[in-house]
Amino acid sequence: MKNSRRSFLKIAGISAIGFSMTPVVNVFASSGQEGNKPEPSYSVNKKALKAKRWGLVIDTRKLSEEIVEELGKTCSKIHNIPEIKNKDHEIKWIWGEEFKHAFPGKENEFLDERMKHLSMPVLCNHCKDAPCVRVCPTKATFKRPDGIVLMDFHRCIGCRFCMAACPYGSRSFNFIDPRTVLPKDRKEWNLEFPTRMKGVVEKCNFCAERLAVGKTPACVEASHGALAFGDLEDPKSEVRKLLKSNYTIRRKPSLGTGPSVYYIV
Amino acid sequence: MNDKLKVIAGLIVFFAIFSYPFWNNIFNKENPEHKPVLSAEAEKAKECVRSKDYMTKEHMQLLDIWRDKVVRSGERVYKYGNGKEYNMSLSNTCLGCHTSKAEFCDRCHDYASVKPYCWDCHIDPKENK
Amino acid sequence: MLEKALKGSNKYWIWIFCLLGVIGIGALTYINQYRVGLGITGMSRDVSWGFYISQFTYLVGVAAGGVMLVLPYYLHDYKKFGKITILGEFLAVSALIMCLLFIAADMGQPVRAFNMLMHPTPGSVLFWDASVLNGYLFLNIIIGWNVLEAERNGVPTAGWVKPLIYLSIPFAFGIHTVTAFLYCGLPGRGFWLTAILAPRFLASAFAAGPAFIIILSFIIKKVTNFDAGKEAIQTISKIVTYALIANVFFLLCEVFVAFYSKIPEHTAHLKYLFVGLHGHGVLAPWMWTSIALMLIAILLLLIPATRSNEFVLGITCVFVLIGTWIDKGLGLIAGGFVPSPLHHVNEYIPTIKEIFIGLGIYGIGFLILTVLFKIAITIREEVDA
Repeated sequence: MKNSRRSFLKIAGISAIGFSMTPVVNVFASSGQEGNKPEPSYSVNKKALKAKRWGLVIDTRKLSEEIVEELGKTCSKIHNIPEIKNKDHEIKWIWGEEFKHAFPGKENEFLDERMKHLSMPVLCNHCKDAPCVRVCPTKATFKRPDGIVLMDFHRCIGCRFCMAACPYGSRSFNFIDPRTVLPKDRKEWNLEFPTRMKGVVEKCNFCAERLAVGKTPACVEASHGALAFGDLEDPKSEVRKLLKSNYTIRRKPSLGTGPSVYYIV
Repeated sequence: MNDKLKVIAGLIVFFAIFSYPFWNNIFNKENPEHKPVLSAEAEKAKECVRSKDYMTKEHMQLLDIWRDKVVRSGERVYKYGNGKEYNMSLSNTCLGCHTSKAEFCDRCHDYASVKPYCWDCHIDPKENK
Repeated sequence: MLEKALKGSNKYWIWIFCLLGVIGIGALTYINQYRVGLGITGMSRDVSWGFYISQFTYLVGVAAGGVMLVLPYYLHDYKKFGKITILGEFLAVSALIMCLLFIAADMGQPVRAFNMLMHPTPGSVLFWDASVLNGYLFLNIIIGWNVLEAERNGVPTAGWVKPLIYLSIPFAFGIHTVTAFLYCGLPGRGFWLTAILAPRFLASAFAAGPAFIIILSFIIKKVTNFDAGKEAIQTISKIVTYALIANVFFLLCEVFVAFYSKIPEHTAHLKYLFVGLHGHGVLAPWMWTSIALMLIAILLLLIPATRSNEFVLGITCVFVLIGTWIDKGLGLIAGGFVPSPLHHVNEYIPTIKEIFIGLGIYGIGFLILTVLFKIAITIREEVDA
């Protein structure tokens, strides 16, 4: 017993030394063809739109059932979001909800007819202090310096802690392989944007892929002027002007999450 | 110990099963074609984002860095050596030049029995099932 | 010592093969889930955690419950528990392995589980939960094994094990506290957003864990020569009594706060569980059963005559087990998700496949438990002989 333990420790020690050599060996090994060339550089596209904190202002006065539906359709199309019949497995990035569901706790006993039946677009609020970012055990959900709460689908382990943490129901889980429910003909896909795989969570990304090439989010473009997108930290931005001159509400501000999506009512 | 024979017989059987893949490869001379085939576009371009040698050995590390840079830092432009700028995109840049995933990626991956899950999400624009 | 598990009566082997059968069915079903995705379960966009996570939560309680044997023996030198602390430790081992398996079964991308180690995130409660669960598991394996080995060799337990035993006590409280923190730190989930959730978890754990040990002791007494001792069983049953009373008391506190303040976000979940909401109330009969079982159990445990009757006590402990299981293993998770943060009522009912996988994991847990208990008891019998 004693002997074998000792020899085990010896082997373990030698292996440890061996492993600690790898960096040294790597240096010798890598001094090949490209050894003397500089490190590669990575940079942001020059056309990319930049902000301190992106935000969205939704003018509900300009909304109609059709527009809200179009927002969802546009988003689904460019992000390859499948239409799933089974409500339990649905994937939604931006969609319409009745006022009482979009703003639970804010519904008045006597709400004006328009508000009562209006379909409110709801989406990820890209919170200033996002609970989903806080709870993610792998940093698969993280906050970018420009305020966007983004998902790294490569890293998501599908624990769904973020779904429990989100007070806005903005997150969807791929209960099945989304490719099995996307249109058969790939001509109907957006070939420039990936699909997702089963077992990962997803949500609105504020069109990070479009901002990177200088375009505003697709829903803003499709909104017929009802949605305004801009820098909340820039007093001269369009969104700040709208916020200055209109009364706005946010979803569940009392939770302290700091939503970046405002609604003009 | 009178179990000697049993133990040895057991070891032989175990070893035979364990080393089966090696035997199979030695006696089964059929060696499938596994070298990637360069597309016309790639041949014309002559160069990749890095040297051929580097790409052969390290493309997986390069792609790993790319995905982290693009997704997590929002940096999408790659520059190295020859000063050319590349948009770091598997579906659009890599497959834009290596137009056939089947002939370029799959041949070698299949041979080496590597199953990268890139294509669970990233789309091969040519593929249409 | 493992060889002790390889020699047993026919009944022992029949039991083992039954468990292997259940595990096999679970494993086959899991292969289906692995291929198709979590879509084979009853979980949904609104109820995104279900049977797996609630079983995990319940079993963390069972694992923590074992400390109720370790603590009196090692901290208060309560000699009567000397014979059975090992059962508590080995129960914790098997319960914790089940916990980890339930988490694995619940993951959308289980092959990426190690991302939690590659990108450790101390800000996430899940990081801490994984740490304390694994820590408690290893502590119990090391302690249980060493204590048993020392006993077999007729020598006192090695000195270095003692500090680990003391360390395992706060760990036991830790695993269930941190597990409660998974839920009670989430904004917008009124049902869980309560500081009393961790105490509630502990109370139900200290009722369910020891109750399970009483049942196991009775079974062991039936099938082997090992007797935990009447006095030890009586002491454990008193622990169960007061833990169970605390559990029901905490629940009533919740009910008072919710229904006297009448804040909809807090009442809605309790209403859903006990009377149904907007016509949905699949769990209501279960919840009332749970309350009834716990109340009857309290009564039977408080009356000395019924408590000291082994037959009645055994049945009472089954009541405790089922009552707390419904409370935590069914109501707690579903109750927190219904209604959803957008006040939609989407109910959750586990699918058969989901239950098969769950039973398979229970099968693995019971197999480990059987093997460990078999080793422990065989060694006891040998030492006694």
